[in-house]
Amino acid sequence: MFDQILQFILTGITVGATYALVALGFAIIYNASDVVNFSQGEFVMLGAMSTIALSAGNGLPLWLAAACSVAMVICVGLMLQRFAIAPARGASVVTTIIITIGASIFLRGLALLLWGKDIFGMPHFSGEVPLRIGEATLLPQNLWVMGGASVLVLGVHYFFNHTTHGKAILACSCNRTAAHLVGINVGMMMLIAYGLSALLGSLAGILVAPITFTSYDAGVMLGLKGFSAAILGGMGNPMGAVAGGLLLGLIESLAAGLISSGYKDAIGFVILLLVLFFRPSGLFGKASAERV
Amino acid sequence: MPSEALLKIAGLTAHYGPIQALHGISLEVKPGELVAIVGANGAGKTTLLLTLSGVQRASGGSISFDDREISRMASHKIVQSGICHVPEGRQVFAPLSVEDNLRLGGYSLRSDQDRLDQELDGIYQLFPILKEKRKQTAGTLSGGQQQMLAIGRALLGRPRLLLLDEPSMGLAPLLVEEIFRVIRELNDKGVTILLVEQNANAALRIADRGYVLETGRVILGAAADELLADEAVRRAYLGH
Ligand SMILES: Nc1ncnc2c1ncn2[C@@H]1O[C@H](COP(=O)(O)OP(=O)(O)O)[C@@H](O)[C@H]1O
Ligand SMILES: [Mg+2]
Repeated sequence: MFDQILQFILTGITVGATYALVALGFAIIYNASDVVNFSQGEFVMLGAMSTIALSAGNGLPLWLAAACSVAMVICVGLMLQRFAIAPARGASVVTTIIITIGASIFLRGLALLLWGKDIFGMPHFSGEVPLRIGEATLLPQNLWVMGGASVLVLGVHYFFNHTTHGKAILACSCNRTAAHLVGINVGMMMLIAYGLSALLGSLAGILVAPITFTSYDAGVMLGLKGFSAAILGGMGNPMGAVAGGLLLGLIESLAAGLISSGYKDAIGFVILLLVLFFRPSGLFGKASAERV
Repeated sequence: MPSEALLKIAGLTAHYGPIQALHGISLEVKPGELVAIVGANGAGKTTLLLTLSGVQRASGGSISFDDREISRMASHKIVQSGICHVPEGRQVFAPLSVEDNLRLGGYSLRSDQDRLDQELDGIYQLFPILKEKRKQTAGTLSGGQQQMLAIGRALLGRPRLLLLDEPSMGLAPLLVEEIFRVIRELNDKGVTILLVEQNANAALRIADRGYVLETGRVILGAAADELLADEAVRRAYLGH
């Protein structure tokens, strides 16, 4: 029983690390621009799909394919900001949500056109020989996901707390007018925020694709889970979103293992609804008044 | 021929959607001057300053700073050219530390950290209380301290023209005096200042010249002591 639970926890952390990266992308964009970017999941899908296309289709080594694909997805993020979000500056939250949902439908359609409806796999980065921890097993790829996510989360944390540009983005999010007045190029900071979110999304997709496989519509569920995780942790709080992602992954995995895998997604969303009902600002969110 | 004025505004108009807030403002500020703009609530003072900073777009007219047209310039370029703005209601970055607020004020100095540290020391000398509280978040400061922070933040941009929007708003009388003393001191040190105030009396007392703004128009411009002595101004803005 204990070994089984350990197994569920290990799986949960891996899945949770992916959710955490997607949630972090949601939180960064929401923080910088008050936009809930529902194409965050599409960044994840595009990262994985284009890496597979470039490596399997065009014969690039996996690492090079991944690097090219991340660069491409970053460009998609920048274009989303520049051509869809920036022109709608001042529009209501609902309008920008519709814009990002529209963008996600567009990107999914594009993926369908390019790669069809097939499900694709990606080779594991360093083999598929499982490591044993007691009776539980762990694929090297799980370690890649956990390690990669940790490095990215720490990097983002460092960026926002110790670099001038990171603090400038925070400044934009707490008072855009004042950010203009101290000479911050606010438009540029928005681009950086979207680029960073696209980077996190695409890398999450690439890291996890060898385990979960991927397809043109893989971003839908991942986007929703990442969104739930961000809400769980408190939308305006990047590290809360990370915690929310890990928590959601763990809960799902334990629920699937101990209750029934059929209820896995439902349980995640029920918890989301409960949190929204009892703690609208999220488990780790500050009361929204403090963001003024 | 360079003109004598550091800032020269001519026929400036600004709109909020269909509402016109500025109806052809013309005024100038010479190097080293402290110029006050007084006027009732809603006269367009804040709009004027935001238009100078490029946060609000001018719909017509011209703004020339140092003989360069800046009315179409991006706001961060305007700051780089030397116009720093202390906004109405202070607008500090509440969740960030006092020191981070100040460092962001020196955002255009970011490639020269040594220089920035030096300038920061200067601000801490001017406002010792900010040094004491530099690790606290700006939101925890009192109103007067936040005003000092907002001024310090703007000074770190090394202004050649400092715009101040109602720095005395909501402060206790003693603090108002303190803030006006600092403004006077900065001007004595050579900072050119454009000061917007509803507190016309206090503003005109420290200013060299003043303009009276009414519903988006300049209705009067003269030396500050002339305005203070003017019967109509006294009745309308000085309350006696
Ligand atoms: N964001 C805005 N949207 C619409 N109208 C505005 C806005 N800000 C100011 N106004 C209007 O513009 C005019 C000038 O306002 P403002 O510049 O704030 O005056 P002041 O700073 O002198 O009190 C007022 O009539 C005000 O109602
Ligand atoms: Mg005002």
